[in-house]
Amino acid sequence: MQVLSVIGYLILAPLAGGLLDGIDRIISARMQRRKGPPLLQPFYDIGKLFSKEVIAVNNVQMLLNLSYLVFLAIAGSMLFAGKDILMCLFILSTADMFLIMGASSDSSPYANLGAGREMIQMMAYEPLTLIVAVGFYLSSGSFQVSDIIGQQYSSVLFMPGMLLGFMFTAAIKFRKSPFDLSTSHHAHQEMVKGLTTEMSGPTLAIMNIAEYYEMILILGIFCLFFLNGNWWSWPLAIAACAVIFFLETLWDNASARLKWKTLLDSCWVITLLFGGVNLLILMLLK
Amino acid sequence: MAKVSKSPWLLHYDASSCNGCDIEVLDCLTPKYDIERFGIINTGDPFQADILLITGGVNSQTEPVVKQLYSQIPEPKVVVAVGICACTGGVFKECYNIKGGIDTVIPVDVYVPGCAARPEAIIDGVVQAVAILDKKREEYRRQKNAK
Repeated sequence: MQVLSVIGYLILAPLAGGLLDGIDRIISARMQRRKGPPLLQPFYDIGKLFSKEVIAVNNVQMLLNLSYLVFLAIAGSMLFAGKDILMCLFILSTADMFLIMGASSDSSPYANLGAGREMIQMMAYEPLTLIVAVGFYLSSGSFQVSDIIGQQYSSVLFMPGMLLGFMFTAAIKFRKSPFDLSTSHHAHQEMVKGLTTEMSGPTLAIMNIAEYYEMILILGIFCLFFLNGNWWSWPLAIAACAVIFFLETLWDNASARLKWKTLLDSCWVITLLFGGVNLLILMLLK
Repeated sequence: MAKVSKSPWLLHYDASSCNGCDIEVLDCLTPKYDIERFGIINTGDPFQADILLITGGVNSQTEPVVKQLYSQIPEPKVVVAVGICACTGGVFKECYNIKGGIDTVIPVDVYVPGCAARPEAIIDGVVQAVAILDKKREEYRRQKNAK
């Protein structure tokens, strides 16, 4: 069962991520009264990127991007195998470090600025991510994902504040406005393409595939909030993920990009208010 | 597998245009024309672009920029000259600082005339460029396999 789930994740996550990205682009277009690209556009993009000429700006960027992909796949596999959630989150941060190194390895000032901003983003979302892991431990008595989804009640009953906080910071992970400081899905940023400025063709395609793995991993963590021992919690969790993803798209279209200081302040205030207070109450209850 | 023609990303550069054609290029992104329905993204990054779209004639200051942008776009790539100035130099042709159309500096694949070029004409030009892009991609693949 574990093996099946991991293999399923490794094969299906890029496909599901690409489809979600396509849906996201169509919904965004409709919100702007446009027709939008076809549903399979992200796959066309990746196919095209692989057929382009390889322009290597140096000889480590491709390796670092591949490491980003592999570490994200490992982090996701740990979650889907039902292993330690804390370890999964640590590997997720490690993966992000490879992306930052990949972007700062080239000489473009835009990519270097993007790498710096990515680090600020990590500082912004990391505290809450750890609080969420502790929250899962307090509500279920274990860091193991298999124990968390086997509980009698859904974790969200004990940690609604953390869910709201995680929805807030997940916009950073999904690279959605107002938090798409380091690189944006939308064209024309103030620093060209940020992190990905010097990535072209296959290098960029690998980075995109890694992003799809990450997207499914984050949605998987959202599912953890809702899953419990009963079968009906699975459709409920998937429906909740769909609603959350729609809200992220809505927010993406309704807001403008923030400065890094506002990002840091707002994320830490949300972390303290929603994450911290929820954690205190949870510690008193359990 | 997916063809380039399904996801042509576009880089727009203003060589010395009066901004008339530039506004029309941006018009193509608006809800009325919506070029994203062809999978076209107006990217600002030559490393990620397939189509180089240039407005205005080339002068001595923009010549090195145009050459550099062209060299930074990975193969296969096409160039679209938008507006009469980019095609031939237009009314500025005889000016002391203007070299002429874009084709005096880099090879141009599609010419879109007009002053300013209409959004419909620009979209038509880009769609023709996409067809050329597919041919170039086949050639590029054959060359790569031959190596």
